Amino acid sequence: MSFAIQCSELRKTYPGRPPVEAVRGIDLSVHLGECLGVLGPNGAGKTTTIEILEGLLAPSSGEVKVLGMRWQDHAREIREQIGISLQETRFSDKLKVRETLALFRSFYRHGIDPDDAIERVSLQDKANHWIKTLSGGQRQRLAVATALVSDPALMFLDEPTTGLDPHSRRELWEIIQGCRRQGRTTLLTTHYMEEAERLCDRVAIIDHGRIIALGTPGELIARLGGDHVVEFSLTGRAMAETSPEDWLDLPAVTGCRYESGTVHLSVTEPHVVLPALLDRLSRRSYQLTSLTTRHASLDDVFVMLTGRTLEFEREDSP
Amino acid sequence: MNHDSWDRASEGRNHHAFFALLAARVREFVREPAAIFWVYVFPLILVVALGAAFRNQPVGGFVVVVVESEQAATIQEALATDGRLEPVVLSAQEAWTRLTTGRAELMVVIEPSGYRYQFDPHRADSVLAREAADSVLQRVAGRQDAVDVHDDPLDQPGARYIDFLVPGLVGLGLLGGGLWGVGFAIVDMRIRRLLKRYLATPMKRSHFLGAIMASRLIFTIPEVLLIILFSQLLFGVTSQGGYLPVAVLILLGAFQFSGIGLLVASRAQTIETLSGLMNAVMLPMWIGTGLFFPIERFPEFVQPVLKLLPLTPLNAALRGVMLEGASLLSLAPEISLIVAWGVVSFVIALRIFRWT
Ligand SMILES: Nc1ncnc2c1ncn2[C@@H]1O[C@H](COP(=O)(O)OP(=O)(O)OP(=O)(O)O)[C@@H](O)[C@H]1O
Ligand SMILES: [Mg+2]
Repeated sequence: MSFAIQCSELRKTYPGRPPVEAVRGIDLSVHLGECLGVLGPNGAGKTTTIEILEGLLAPSSGEVKVLGMRWQDHAREIREQIGISLQETRFSDKLKVRETLALFRSFYRHGIDPDDAIERVSLQDKANHWIKTLSGGQRQRLAVATALVSDPALMFLDEPTTGLDPHSRRELWEIIQGCRRQGRTTLLTTHYMEEAERLCDRVAIIDHGRIIALGTPGELIARLGGDHVVEFSLTGRAMAETSPEDWLDLPAVTGCRYESGTVHLSVTEPHVVLPALLDRLSRRSYQLTSLTTRHASLDDVFVMLTGRTLEFEREDSP
Repeated sequence: MNHDSWDRASEGRNHHAFFALLAARVREFVREPAAIFWVYVFPLILVVALGAAFRNQPVGGFVVVVVESEQAATIQEALATDGRLEPVVLSAQEAWTRLTTGRAELMVVIEPSGYRYQFDPHRADSVLAREAADSVLQRVAGRQDAVDVHDDPLDQPGARYIDFLVPGLVGLGLLGGGLWGVGFAIVDMRIRRLLKRYLATPMKRSHFLGAIMASRLIFTIPEVLLIILFSQLLFGVTSQGGYLPVAVLILLGAFQFSGIGLLVASRAQTIETLSGLMNAVMLPMWIGTGLFFPIERFPEFVQPVLKLLPLTPLNAALRGVMLEGASLLSLAPEISLIVAWGVVSFVIALRIFRWT
């Protein structure tokens, strides 16, 4: 068995008027020991997909195998071996952290000591506190601990860091990286591209219920043709007069698009393009109002593929 | 799996899921002081309030208005000899107002040939006042009793209305506690997505539902014991058949109603839906199962249905034990019905239960 998860032609249509086609044919294989990230904007179908894989939701059609077993035949065995953190669970307010983990531990034949799970997510000083008193980040860590307490071979984490501040998010990244070092397979969903780049061996970008790109973060970024981005903007008149074609012939430029008043150039070598760009601007006497260069990100990949930006959409999630 | 060295695998420390779930429920319950207050104090308030309302206060306090005339004072004096009557002399106008606004039970008008009584024949108190006043006035006028009678008042414990009421209150406590306690806990967990999280584990469903029911038994027992204790202390209500059979019936009743609670909550998605369902289930039982008066007072054709409602056999069995000293064996039909309600509800709930 070399795959932790295999699924093919997965579809899910929620009944209603009109019916919602949340997942429209997803094929995905997750290798053992791999951390695979499912990246997509709100409503892309991430939760629907992961819940089908977790056996919580029946697909409308398609095949799923988890750890080589089918949900129809071996639900209990699969559940013994996976750990889950749902997008949204509110554990009982009036139980303590350790009590909650001991409760979850009692559901499994094998697992680790609840105190070890607490240590793993660094909640030692909260072990005897009611869950009511935990912060958002601590609750998320508790959710991950409930997944860890069964010592799972495979973990599903649905948006483990959404809504957390950058510091708490980093703490969770540490925990997830720790799981990977131990050889656990992890499937996580996120709409933070930075998170996917940091944590995941491979990333599946999904939009409108389909996988639109799959590969290592490096491979995906390489599709842009250059792994750097130069962004600049010009005084109003100049922006209106120019078009993407005006910049494509610059050396080292592999792509160009205009977005919200800024020109984005995909480039292979910023040190080559920058002198040529500045030279052209001064010859045409255009005025720069801003100029930045940065590494290309998965967000740029998403924009290239969909014309929309992930970055933008993530902010309006609760 | 590979592990860091500090990850001690713990195979032996796996507490049984049923007991872990039960312990969690009990902890959550005792950590909610407000809920405890209402669960345990409300039934006591109920006992005291109903006990006070149905205190064995003798019938009486009937206001009799005598319309002004020459003999009015004499008549008033005569009527006052019956302790149940409170005669007042008023003008015809005032007397009529009193009577029609319900502040007097009877109006006596003195006429040349005798008396005219005005009263509402549909009001029990008015009818009683008329009979009492008439009896006094007839005797004053010279009527003799034909036979010798003497009263033997019925107020020893076991035969009063409060004795009839207390087993009903025990049943009511079991009904409310079972349905609300179980139903609310389940729907709350469903709203929190905690049920979905549990579904994602290999936990056995029967352990979960069983633990919820068992926790209900634990919480309910002190509640009804308090009702029984208080009614004994305040009103001297005792059980003719002893307390062991009462305890058995309480356990069975708690089992039955927590099963029904599970069933009612098995698919509800919101607290509002749950409240509606609860009321729909409880209302017929409040009015139609012999809580406040015997079900024989209902029309004949609905009685067979009422007898099947889950509270009916419980009340009947509790009254049988407490009032008549019946043995559990003789209550086998009632007990079978109680157990059947509990088991059938649990099994159906297990099948149709929604975890999401
Ligand atoms: N129970 C449901 N009934 C009907 N439609 C649903 C249901 N759950 C999800 N949907 C719809 O299916 C689509 C995909 O939803 P899903 O929750 O899988 O998205 P997501 O990628 O997890 O989004 P988010 O980032 O906001 O969590 C959405 O359009 C959503 O409105
Ligand atoms: Mg989601």
